[in-house]
Amino acid sequence: MAYRATLGGTTWTFETLADLMAKASPPRSGDALAGIAAASAQHNVAAKTALAEVPLKTFLTQALVPYEVDEVTRLILDGHDAAAFAPVASLTVGEFRDWLLSELATPAALARLAPGLTPEMAAAVSKLMRNQDLILAASKCRVTTRFRNTIGLAGTMAVRLQPNHPTDDPAGITASILDGLLYGCGDAVIGINPASDSLNVLGDLTRLMDDLIRRFEIPTQSCVLTHVTTAIQLIERGAPVDLVFQSIAGTQAANASFGVTLDLLREGLDAGRSLGRGTVGDNVMYFETGQGSALSAGAHHGVDQQTLEARAYGVARAFEPLLVNSVVGFIGPEYLYDGKQIIRAGLEDHFCGKLLGAPLGVDVCYTNHAEADQDDMDSLLTLLATAGVTFVMGVPGADDVMLNYQSTSFHDALYVRELLGLKRAPEFEAWLERARIVGADGRLAPRAAGHPLLTAGAGG
Amino acid sequence: MSAPVTPDPWTALRRHTPARIALGRTGASLPTSEVLGFALAHAQARDAVHAPFEAEAAAAAMRALGLETLIVDSAAPDRAAYLRRPDLGRALSEAGRAALAAQAARAPGSCDLAIVVADGLSSTAVHAHAAPLVEALLPMVREAGWRLGPVVVARQARVALGDAVGELLEARLVILLVGERPGLSSPDSLGAYITFAPKVGRTDAERNCVSNIRAEGLGYDAAAFKLAWHAREALRLGLTGVGLKDESDLAALQTVTPPRSVPAGSRSPTG
Repeated sequence: MAYRATLGGTTWTFETLADLMAKASPPRSGDALAGIAAASAQHNVAAKTALAEVPLKTFLTQALVPYEVDEVTRLILDGHDAAAFAPVASLTVGEFRDWLLSELATPAALARLAPGLTPEMAAAVSKLMRNQDLILAASKCRVTTRFRNTIGLAGTMAVRLQPNHPTDDPAGITASILDGLLYGCGDAVIGINPASDSLNVLGDLTRLMDDLIRRFEIPTQSCVLTHVTTAIQLIERGAPVDLVFQSIAGTQAANASFGVTLDLLREGLDAGRSLGRGTVGDNVMYFETGQGSALSAGAHHGVDQQTLEARAYGVARAFEPLLVNSVVGFIGPEYLYDGKQIIRAGLEDHFCGKLLGAPLGVDVCYTNHAEADQDDMDSLLTLLATAGVTFVMGVPGADDVMLNYQSTSFHDALYVRELLGLKRAPEFEAWLERARIVGADGRLAPRAAGHPLLTAGAGG
Repeated sequence: MSAPVTPDPWTALRRHTPARIALGRTGASLPTSEVLGFALAHAQARDAVHAPFEAEAAAAAMRALGLETLIVDSAAPDRAAYLRRPDLGRALSEAGRAALAAQAARAPGSCDLAIVVADGLSSTAVHAHAAPLVEALLPMVREAGWRLGPVVVARQARVALGDAVGELLEARLVILLVGERPGLSSPDSLGAYITFAPKVGRTDAERNCVSNIRAEGLGYDAAAFKLAWHAREALRLGLTGVGLKDESDLAALQTVTPPRSVPAGSRSPTG
């Protein structure tokens, strides 16, 4: 059926729900590249107006990506919890925005609601929300996960320590890890993007981090961000794998371009849990996502990139991950052109993920061919921190020398802690204090050249 | 009174990595010198993306090596369109297609190896490294007896443009040199993509890549050796891509998997 809105004497028609969603999306280069974006500013507002009238339950009967051809759609619809959905089942998308911002939407009510929402519902309502709405609603969503520490508690923000090196040099990676730990970062995970795909190298990196974590009894977890099949092989070879990583997307075909299926992710989850290496929980999966990945793989089915991104969180939550993050500015200006688009997308991704119950972090980042700079990243980081982002990246000096892009730095994390009083995961914060890296107030303690971590580094 | 900057007593660790470690701090924040240093590095990377490609000079450098050249444009009319529309950067302009077709008609079936020099995302990298790399490669090409087509210098071009060029030249193999996405610490890194039986529609899984060619990365001789090794193996096996594993001397020649072609799902491709 077609959707219509009449504004100022002009009637706008949208042939399908997917078309309506795409036209209602705030402008971004990826939807223009796909040829599905609104043709004008008024066209965009007309679509928003029509979308506001659509009943939420429409999304349970009208799949944007066909059920028959897409296992992600089947996962979403087959797994829908009608009882959880009941409190908002009679609302339209516009009324749902009002509900989210009302006193009715308490943290407890939002947590109960999450399994009753589909990614498409989350995406739809986000398109009607201003940035402040996305921040306020997300700040009420709590998602707590555990492996060797507790991530996502109110008043905390974790940091992934990202010690990448262009040639995976163990001494170089160790140097960046030590720098990050001494700056109070690494509670989300110590996670390396390897340059190599050699199993021997990946096994060595896994052991390098495991040795450090055990030697200094650091309440955190490690991850080599390699393909899930590679992680399974590493586990079979006896490597000390904490978290199993995978890039995922919102359609079956896009996931196929990453070389994964839902069954394969289940195998990865089972393999990770089989090791029983978590001490306070068994959330063993780490997923990365990003708007534009489905279009990049030619697998978008005419659906806008933000809706598909929300569907990726629908995939993620089915595997009870410790961490999920959107690499929001990484994929390039053909999907998010400038700082404004990156900021908007980062807030949308965080809101949709949290609303769906995923432990969402954001790689606040940009590439050098995007129209963005450090000022834009400062803005997005500050906004996300106020929205209660689960974790952000910590890259030495914000300059990833392996992936060639700019993310957030150890200093950036200190900045938002100083500004907003955000704490680290409690187990990790206590360790930092015991190790005399931070004081009782959580601020960095005075530097000592003879710190045990540094004498370890001298040998590495 | 002295500046309230707290230095980090682990600057010795810097010798292990190009990463920006041990920067020191003032309160929670970066010292002024680091803020300015970062701004300069970002400015260099931005300028590398937007610096006009001197295609004539690049072509002249190839002719100085005794090679024929042909300059073509992609279908992207300018830099802004190039950045927003990767599909245009992968396709030839009408004029470019006509010029290549005419070239192929003049000398049909005469090209084993087509070399394409593409500006990509860093014309700075192409200006600096394309000619010295080709110079290092030429003796190996001659020794192998491969017949070269004209070196095609392509403006506003992405990696897959090599497929269109190679197909029109009826080349058995195309090597495309391209300015890689500039990083803060590597604004001038050149990549080389090798594709067997190039034709429009090849995927990145059907190519091999030698990356990080620059002074601080992979040197010209080592990169040329790797390229020649891949070319030889590609012609022997009749394929490139995931079926052709790099078994050239890994110990002596460090290579890096480029971010854009990380196939293991570590990060999404940007194609």
